[in-house]
Amino acid sequence: MSKTYALPISRPSIGVGGKTGYWRIKKPEVNHSKCIRCGMCWLYCPESVIDIIEGSDKYVVINYDYCKGCGICSEVCPTKAIVMVNE
Amino acid sequence: MVIKVLTGNYAVAEAVRLSNVDLITAYPITPQTTIVERLSEYVDLGVIKSRFVRVESEFSALAVAYGAALCNARVFTATSSHGLLYMHEMLWWVAGSRIPIVMAVVTRSIGPPWNIWNEHSDFMDQRDCGWLMAFAENNQEVLDTTIQLFRITEDERVYLPGMLGLDGFLLSHTSEPVDVPEEHIVKSFLKPRSQPYSMCGTELITLGNLPKAEDHMMMRYDIQVSMENAKKVIKEVDLEYSKLTGRSYGGLVECYRCSDSSYLVVGMGGWVGTMKDVCDELRDLGYKVGVLKIRFFRPFPEEDIIEVLRSVKGVLVFDRSISYGSLGHIHAEVLARSYRLGNRPVVKGIIAGLAGVDVGVKEFMNSIVGFVNEVEERGYVEKYSEWLLPG
Repeated sequence: MSKTYALPISRPSIGVGGKTGYWRIKKPEVNHSKCIRCGMCWLYCPESVIDIIEGSDKYVVINYDYCKGCGICSEVCPTKAIVMVNE
Repeated sequence: MVIKVLTGNYAVAEAVRLSNVDLITAYPITPQTTIVERLSEYVDLGVIKSRFVRVESEFSALAVAYGAALCNARVFTATSSHGLLYMHEMLWWVAGSRIPIVMAVVTRSIGPPWNIWNEHSDFMDQRDCGWLMAFAENNQEVLDTTIQLFRITEDERVYLPGMLGLDGFLLSHTSEPVDVPEEHIVKSFLKPRSQPYSMCGTELITLGNLPKAEDHMMMRYDIQVSMENAKKVIKEVDLEYSKLTGRSYGGLVECYRCSDSSYLVVGMGGWVGTMKDVCDELRDLGYKVGVLKIRFFRPFPEEDIIEVLRSVKGVLVFDRSISYGSLGHIHAEVLARSYRLGNRPVVKGIIAGLAGVDVGVKEFMNSIVGFVNEVEERGYVEKYSEWLLPG
C-alpha cells in the first residue's frame, strides 16, 4: 500500500498487554486430589488462562503469568478443589 | 446508450444494479422504499447476484452492511429521515473503521409532527460523522453519482463511506429520462472492491479495541486528511466518468453562469434546477447572476468556493435545513470561507422549503432580485439571515 493509515484495528497476541498476572492479590491454588475433572473452571475462566491436560495427574493447569486472580474458578469449583490464597 | 424513464429512486436502483454489489440490506421507510423494493425484485429475478438481507431496523441495516463490508463485500443500503437518525451511531462506526459503504439518503423531514415531505435536516444531521456527502440535482445525476461514489469511497486515498442525498418525492418519485450507461462501461470504470483491511482474511484482527488516546487522535486526524484527499479524487473521478459517458458535473461544485457573474446563488439538491431557470430569466433582465451548486457537502468544497467568491459582490445561500439557534448549514459554511477573502462579498442566507413547503420560480425571483437591489443600493443587507416563510 502506498499510504499508511491510522486504523482502529489491532492484532491480538499472547502477552501484548504485558504480564497481567502481577495485578493479582489472591492466587487460585488447585488441590489435584479433590479435582473431579469436570472442567467448570476451564469453562468459566474469563481470561482463558486455565488449560486442561487430558490424561495427566494435574488435570488443571493455571497460567500465573496472566491469571488476574478474579476467583471465578474457585467460586464455580463444585468440590472446592480450587481455593484463593494470599500471594 | 439507453434512455430510460426513471424516478430518482429507480435511478439509484439502476446504478446499484450496474455496480456489481455483493450485498444489499435495508429497512423500508418512505420515501426511500422503492429503491430497495426494486433491488429486491432484481435479486429475486436473478438480474443481479447480490445477497439481499432483510433486517428489523435501520440500525441493523447499517450494522449488517458494515459487517459484510468488513469482510470485503461491496454493499449498499438506503434510508430516509427517522431511519437515518436511528442509524446515527453506526455511521460513526463505519467511518471510524475506514470501511467504504455507499448509502442513498432520500431526504425527508423529521418529526414531530409527522411529515413525509422533503427537507434536508436528516441529511445535515449526519455531517460530522466522517462520511462523504454528495447531493444530486436530478435523476441523471442521482444515477451517475451513485456509481461514482463506489469508485470514490474505495479509492485508497479515501477509504471512507459515502452517502448520496436526493430530495424526497421531488426526485425520488418524479420520473425523468435518464441515460443508463452500458454494463461494460461501468465495469471498466469501477475497479475490484478495495478497502484498507479485511476481517475475514487469514490474519487475526480485532476491531475497535481501546487504543491509547494519542493513537485515537491520530485516527481522527487521518479521517480529516483523507477527506482532504477525497477532493482531488472526486475531481479525477468526475473527469474519468465524463470521458466514458460524456457527463461531467465539475467535481465538488457545479458553476452555472458564474464565471462573469456579480452575484451568486448557492444551493444544493433538486431546487438548483429551478435556480438555474431563474438565473436565465434574470440574465435576460440584465442581472449578472450565477448559480453555484453544492455537489459535495463533505468534504466541503472550500477552495472552489473561495475561488468563485473572489469576484462577486453578493452571495445568496438557500438552505433547506437549519441548525436551530444558528444558521442554515450551507450558509454557515459559505460564510466561514468568505472570511478568507480580503474583499469580502455580502453573504446572506435564506431558510426555505422546510417540511416540504414548495419553493418555485416566483419565490426565488423575489428573493434574488430583492437581495441584488439591496446590495446595489446600500452595499450591505439589513438582514443577513432570513426565513422565507409560507404565505
